[in-house]
Amino acid sequence: MQRNAVRWGLLALFVDGPKYGYQLRTELDTRTGGSWAVNVGQIYTTLDRLVRDGFVATAGSDDQGRELYALTERGRAALADWYLTPVTETERPRNELAIKLAMAAQDPSVDITIVVQQQRTESMRQLRDYTDLRRQANEDVDLTWSMFLDHLIFALEGELRWLDHVEGTVLRRRYTRPASASTSAPAPGSKSASFPAEAADTAESGRARR
Amino acid sequence: MSDVVLRLAEVERVYRAGEGSVRALAGVSLTVRAGELVAVMGPSGSGKSTLLSIAGGLEVPTSGSVEVAGVGLGGLDSTAVAHLRRDRIGYVFQDFNLVTDLTAAENVALPLELGGSSARSARAAAGAALDEVGLPEVADRFPDQLSGGQQQRVAIARALVGDRRLVLADEPTGALDSQTGLAVLQVLRARIDAGAAGVLVTHEARYAGWADRTVFLRDGRLVDATPERDDARRLLAERS
Repeated sequence: MQRNAVRWGLLALFVDGPKYGYQLRTELDTRTGGSWAVNVGQIYTTLDRLVRDGFVATAGSDDQGRELYALTERGRAALADWYLTPVTETERPRNELAIKLAMAAQDPSVDITIVVQQQRTESMRQLRDYTDLRRQANEDVDLTWSMFLDHLIFALEGELRWLDHVEGTVLRRRYTRPASASTSAPAPGSKSASFPAEAADTAESGRARR
Repeated sequence: MSDVVLRLAEVERVYRAGEGSVRALAGVSLTVRAGELVAVMGPSGSGKSTLLSIAGGLEVPTSGSVEVAGVGLGGLDSTAVAHLRRDRIGYVFQDFNLVTDLTAAENVALPLELGGSSARSARAAAGAALDEVGLPEVADRFPDQLSGGQQQRVAIARALVGDRRLVLADEPTGALDSQTGLAVLQVLRARIDAGAAGVLVTHEARYAGWADRTVFLRDGRLVDATPERDDARRLLAERS
């Protein structure tokens, strides 16, 4: 989990009023369905930093003597700024799958259809499991959790479409460049015989999707 | 939930094409139980439509066997297959395929009336089926007075009216926007959860996510299938 995400996620929790330390953990857990898995230590460290930066300040204690923290004007402004700034620094270019497929596409000893299909099956399994959770989630009761699951579902849907595209692109290249295929790319096994038909099929289904 | 509603065993389908032949299906086995929705994905030309036609008794396999609700289609003559189709199997198509001159309730009642039910009992069953897809109020409207999503829900009601327990859906969301598509999937899923069995052909992963399993078809063969459910919350924790 990116440090930034935890920091801003915690800060955002203060919008509806003062909170005590452990309460942040409980609320973060509830809103992300336990999926963020942030430990208590990290919560307190992050809270300290928010105080240090002047985004959050102590605000007395509740009736059980727990120290409360509240959003400062400065914190509110920073949060507003965060909401209005697009996210640019992500793990996207270093995504393991992107690297795996980009490399596999260049490696003649790898049957890309198998790599793609195994990933497709796994991505589809995750998509089904998140869809299960999304069906049980009630957005009237827990909007954050529902939207979080929607994010995962859309991301996986995109990943699956991208897998189709990768497969189509690689197969089309191998089909339209038979010379290089015979010299530098000994096609793995019997798959080579069916490449033309497969490439055409994938291209067609890719078009139908758009 | 262990009763098998559809069983395909080593189904092969070969079409003659000029001097040669095309193997649309090359030994496909698939079992769908009551309460189960299975999605079929694959590029066009991979055999999805052929699989659906054979499962529904519209086409006869070159070899292999097909069983619907415990009855082997191979041993039946064409009249018996037609009866089985009418009584046990429902279809849902991309373009809804409702009869335009009949009301929603008459459309849903049609397979029962063709099967010899009295108009009164067919009408009652159609009313119940429309209730189950959440559309009791459209019973007396004609298809052109309904939205696409409503027409598709009527088609689902018709597919599962009376004793019909197997629904074969071919791109049922293809003509719908994504919100409407999800609403239709929700209705289909609810009917499956109530004990029907379904096969869903789709090229949209998002809709296949509603199925219990997705099988991948390629060049007439099932090349892979999603495994059993895992603990999605644990997966999420690992992902973060």
